[in-house]
Formats: sequence, structure tokens, C-alpha cells
Amino acid sequence: MADPSGSGPDFPDVQLHVVTGKGGTGKSTVAAGLALALASRGRSVLLCEVEGRQGIAQMFDVPPLPYEERLIAHGTEDTGDVYALAIDAESALLEYLAMYYRLGRAGKALDRFGVIEFATTIAPGVRDVLLTGKVYEAAKRKRRGKNARVYDAVVLDAPPTGRIAQFLNVNSELAGLAKMGPIKAQADTVTTLLRSKRTAVHLVTVLEEMPVQETADGVHELREARLPVGGVVVNMVRPRDLDTEDRQRLLDGTVDRGALAKQLEVAGIDADDVLVDTLLLEGHDHAQRRTLEDAQREIVRGIGVPTYELPLLPEGVDLGGLYEVAEELCRQGLA
Amino acid sequence: MRSTRKSARVGPLTAHPGPTRPFDLDALLADRGLRIVVCCGSGGVGKTTTSAAIALRAAEQGREVVVLTIDPARRLAQSMGIEALDNTPRPVKGVGGDGDGRLDGMMLDMKRTFDEVVESQASPEKAKQILSNPFYIAVSSSFAGTQEYMAMEKLGQLDKDARRSGRWDLIVVDTPPSRSALDFLDAPERLSSFLDGRFIRLLTAPARGPARLMTAGFGMVTNAVTKIIGAQVLRDMQAFVAAFDTLFGGFRARAQRTFELLQAQGTAFLVVAAPEQDALREAAYFVERLRAEHMPLAGLVVNRASPDPGEGLSANAAMAAAEKFRADADDDSALAAGLLRLHATRRLMVQREVRLRKRFAASHPDVPTAVLPALPTDVHDLDGLRRIGELLAHQD
Repeated sequence: MADPSGSGPDFPDVQLHVVTGKGGTGKSTVAAGLALALASRGRSVLLCEVEGRQGIAQMFDVPPLPYEERLIAHGTEDTGDVYALAIDAESALLEYLAMYYRLGRAGKALDRFGVIEFATTIAPGVRDVLLTGKVYEAAKRKRRGKNARVYDAVVLDAPPTGRIAQFLNVNSELAGLAKMGPIKAQADTVTTLLRSKRTAVHLVTVLEEMPVQETADGVHELREARLPVGGVVVNMVRPRDLDTEDRQRLLDGTVDRGALAKQLEVAGIDADDVLVDTLLLEGHDHAQRRTLEDAQREIVRGIGVPTYELPLLPEGVDLGGLYEVAEELCRQGLA
Repeated sequence: MRSTRKSARVGPLTAHPGPTRPFDLDALLADRGLRIVVCCGSGGVGKTTTSAAIALRAAEQGREVVVLTIDPARRLAQSMGIEALDNTPRPVKGVGGDGDGRLDGMMLDMKRTFDEVVESQASPEKAKQILSNPFYIAVSSSFAGTQEYMAMEKLGQLDKDARRSGRWDLIVVDTPPSRSALDFLDAPERLSSFLDGRFIRLLTAPARGPARLMTAGFGMVTNAVTKIIGAQVLRDMQAFVAAFDTLFGGFRARAQRTFELLQAQGTAFLVVAAPEQDALREAAYFVERLRAEHMPLAGLVVNRASPDPGEGLSANAAMAAAEKFRADADDDSALAAGLLRLHATRRLMVQREVRLRKRFAASHPDVPTAVLPALPTDVHDLDGLRRIGELLAHQD
């Protein structure tokens, strides 16, 4: 763990936290937890999603989010807020056109001719530029305007690890396509922020072979694209109650059943054979899984970035669970 | 997982509590009328492993099978001999069974599949023109949706090949890990609607030349597009559309044929999920969508379920007992306390998963379901796949 002493956050100057992860690893949970964690330090945070899944609304148990920044969590001591925004490419394009070109009528005409849909679903790369462009706009705001809020940090719940380098590397995605024009100019400015020290890309994984492999590949691809890698968050880590010797005995089947039964009786449990068998079987599975996890943990360590570990929440992640994740991330120094 | 449904929910309107039917894999595979199995579901639920396990089991029961995987784990691909991304089905070594069954495996190469379609449909000269167009290169290698579309394209090709040559009597397909599991059903339609789109027709119009189509509206639109993405992109797009023009009809017809193939009698969909809220919600959308599209749903596979310890010690009792050891911990009690805590954790996980599955079953009571226990180790060889097949087939 990067900062067991809890002496302070590891990424104090980062303005834009990008959170990615393979499907099923809990990246959205970690993104939401990170936003809460940053807000708990008295900051004003914007949490963005870009995949049209309305994951934030589900996690925070609020109605589906529009293309508009909404307050979803507010600190009790009047410090620190989390706002949320669901970004979709169509709205981002219309907003962009309205902002930079004052395309009132033409904007509508574009929609009527199917250009908006075309540009956002078919034209490759344009979609990603629009999504990252909106995140950029939110992260770079300087002054409070009528409708513009200034954030201390932006957390992006980004596309999965397999696509993250491509998604953030908007420039090269467009390179073969748009060699000039405003979209290209926009991509250039966005890239400057994404490649700077003010950005950190965090990868969420679980200790299984394929997600860890994808994480290592993702880090490699991000580095190739000169995008700043933040930390690796290892999620759903199993409890580590049993020591090495006990686990070895469970694997070898050499646990003293009598002694175990006696201990259970001491604790007031009726230790029949069925229960002892069940416990030993569960222990055996666990020990096997742990061996595998330890090997994967070594690989994660070998990637050479700060790592953070979040425990498995056996009852699933509800709103309360998000706050536990946030606390853990603060304690370990990601926020 | 979408917050707004495109269509009304299709399914029963009241809950009928009761046990769901177990899914019977062997009965499904024994039906010689079955020609295609499609495994779908959200990312990270084990679709690839499930597809490979089903394909292997079918082969070992005497069927001639080809499995199309999208993005298998490296070691699994290696053990099946399909780590080369060359779009060619290759025999998987080590398939057992006493029948004449066999298994071919392949991994989808999306760009290559697209290129091959172009090459087979256009004259060599035109194909060359298309393949070198920057806009085509971008669409064929990075458009989100190309992978889904090409998976379906490949399925159509394999089916045609199977019917013509009789090489295979069963095709098992894995689907891409989409943002939403529904993407791959929508991709063919999205591509055809793009090709049918007004914008495309406007783009092709100048190439064909009738000046009367150059209305004020169109001028405004091309001006705006030029402003946003630049004139050069527009020229590339026009060149692409002009060259692709004759292929559009073919693409639409193929998309339509694939869609009909998915609705056909010999097709079976398996929705794969994990016992997690998100994955099951996605599975529910998928089940409803398949019904609405009249696509044959064979069942739901819930992967990675925590093994149920059965009757006995409750989570609370185990936790309470474990706490008693905390005060005076010695070696023996550390093991007992650790095992009790593990037991409590597993109980809680099982309770939660069962609750989630029950909720799914209440709203979709007629979906045959198979539940697979989480295995303590990863699957990366044929023995592992065989074991999954066994577990899938024995759901009592």
C-alpha cells in the first residue's frame, strides 16, 4: 500500500482523476468512492460518466442524470461537494456548436440531416474527442460564471481498460483522419491536459489472471501514449485471516480435526462432522484462491506503480459501502 | 444497463414465486436441429470460458463444432491453439469423447473480416481504393460497433460454410464485451441505418452530380461539417462513400440475413451473467430484448456463484464465535477464528447472491437457469473447460 501511515494524499496536484478497469472489477464504485474521498478533504469534485449507463444515478440512488451538473453529495461540515454529470456525445456536440459557432439554426439543421448522429456514432474518434472535450472543459474552468461551477478536481468514470489508451489518446485516433480544423485543435488542447502532471489514470483490477494481465497491458499502452499512470486499485480483496502455515495445512489436508473441533466447542459451537468438513472445505478453497491471488499480487507489484487495496464487501456495494470505499482510499492515500 | 428503455418490458406482470427450471445443456446439445449457440452478456462475466466449455462438451458428445471467440485469456487461447489472430478455424488438439466429434477454434480479427468482406464484394481495383481510404481504415479498426458487426458477419460466413461443406454441425459464438450487451444486436441495424442515412445520401449526391440536390440546407450542413471536422475529412468521407456505394446494398442484405439467422429455429441464445446486481440487470434487459425480437432464448448461466455451504452455522453465529477468540489468540484458535470468519463471509455472499437471483427469477420465471460455482482457480486448459461443462450439465 502506497501510504500506510496516512500522512497525506499521493496525488495532491492532480486535477483530473481518470478511473478505468476491466468489466466486473468495480471501476464505477472506485470512481464514486474516489470522488467522495476527495470531497471529504473539503474539495469541490465533479464525477463524470461517459458510457451512457447511468451508473452514478444507480449508485447514489437518485433519478437518471441529465446532461447537467447535479449535486449528489454534500459534506456535513459544509465543506466538500460531489457533483455528477452524465456526458453524452450528442449533447456535447450541440453544446460545442452553440458555444463556439453560435450555430443556432444550422445546429438544428445538422440534427435534422442526421449529422449529429452520424458524427457521434459513426465518425470514429469524434465521439471520444467530444466526451474528453467536455471533461476538459469542466476541469479547466477558471471563473465562476452564471452557470459554470469551478471544481477542485474532476473524477472520470472512463471506458474499460481494454479501450482506455485509445479513448484518451484522442489525438492519434484522429491523426489519420482530421489533419486540421477545430476538432483537431480541440483534440490538441485536450491532449495537453491529459499528458500533464495534472492528470492521473488509475486502473482498477481484481486479483485474477485476466484482469491483472489487462491492467499490465493497459499501463504499458498508457505509457506508450505518454499518458500519466496514477495507481492500481486492487478491488475485492478477500479477507486474509489465515497465516501461511494454516493455509498450507489446509491444502495438504493435514489440519488436526480434533483440535479444531475442540476450539469450536470452546467458542460455544456444536462442532459436528458436517460443520468441520464444511469449514475445512471452505478453508481449502480459500487457501487455493489465496495462492493464486498472491501470485497475481506479485505481478501487480511488478508493474511499478502505487497500489491500493479495497476489501471484498460480502454484502455488495450499497450507498454505505461507497463511503467505506472512500474512507479506505483516504486512509491509503489515493485521495 | 440503460435507464431508459427503447421499448416496453416484455414478460409476466406478476411474480410467481417458485423454483426456476434448471437449464439442461446436454438435452440442448443432443438436439441435432441445433446449429448455433450464441453466448451473450455484459463484460467480465465469463462469456468466453462458457462458450469454449459448451463447444468442447458438444464436441466430446460427438458433434462437429466450431467456436468463435472474441478475446480469450492468453493462456486459454494458447491451450486451445488459437492464439494466432488469423481468422482461420483451427483444430483444437486433445478433444476426447468416444464419438466422431471434433472441435475447431478461432479468434475474431475484426479488421481482417471487414477487409475480406470488401475484397469479396468489390472489384479488385475498387477494393484497393476502399482499403486505402483513411476514413475506411478508421471505421474498420476503431469504430465502436465494428467488432459486434464483424462478429455477426463472421457468424454468417461460418454458417454458410457449414451448410455448404458440412464441416460443422454446430457453431458456438462468444460476443464482444460491449458497453451494453445489447450493442451487438443493434450493430447491424445501426450500420444499415447509417448506410441508409440521409447524410450519406447527401454526401454521395455531389459525386453523382445532380445540382438540384444542392439545396440551401445541404450547403449549410456541409459548411458546418467542414467547420467542425475540416474539409479534408469531408473529402475522405465522400471518396469512401463514392467507392463504397455499390457495396451498401450488399451490407444491408447481409445484416438482414444475419438477423434472420439469429431468429431461426436452430439458434439458441444463452445469456451469461455473474451474481451481481449490474450483470443481472443487464441480463434482464437482454432476456426481454431477445423475446421482443423473437430470438430463441435457451437459458441463463450465472457464473461465479459463491458455493453454498448448505444448512448449518449462520453468518451471525460464526462471527460471534470468531469474536470470542480475539481476546486470547493462540495458534489453534487463530485457525478456528479464521475459518469461522471465512464461513461468515461466504454465508453473507451466498445470501446476497441468492436474493439477487430470486429477484431475477421472480420477474423472469420461465428462463431455465444454470448456476456455476466460482472455482478456486482460473480456467486455462481443456481439463478446466471440461469441468465447467460438467458443472453446467449437472444442475440438480
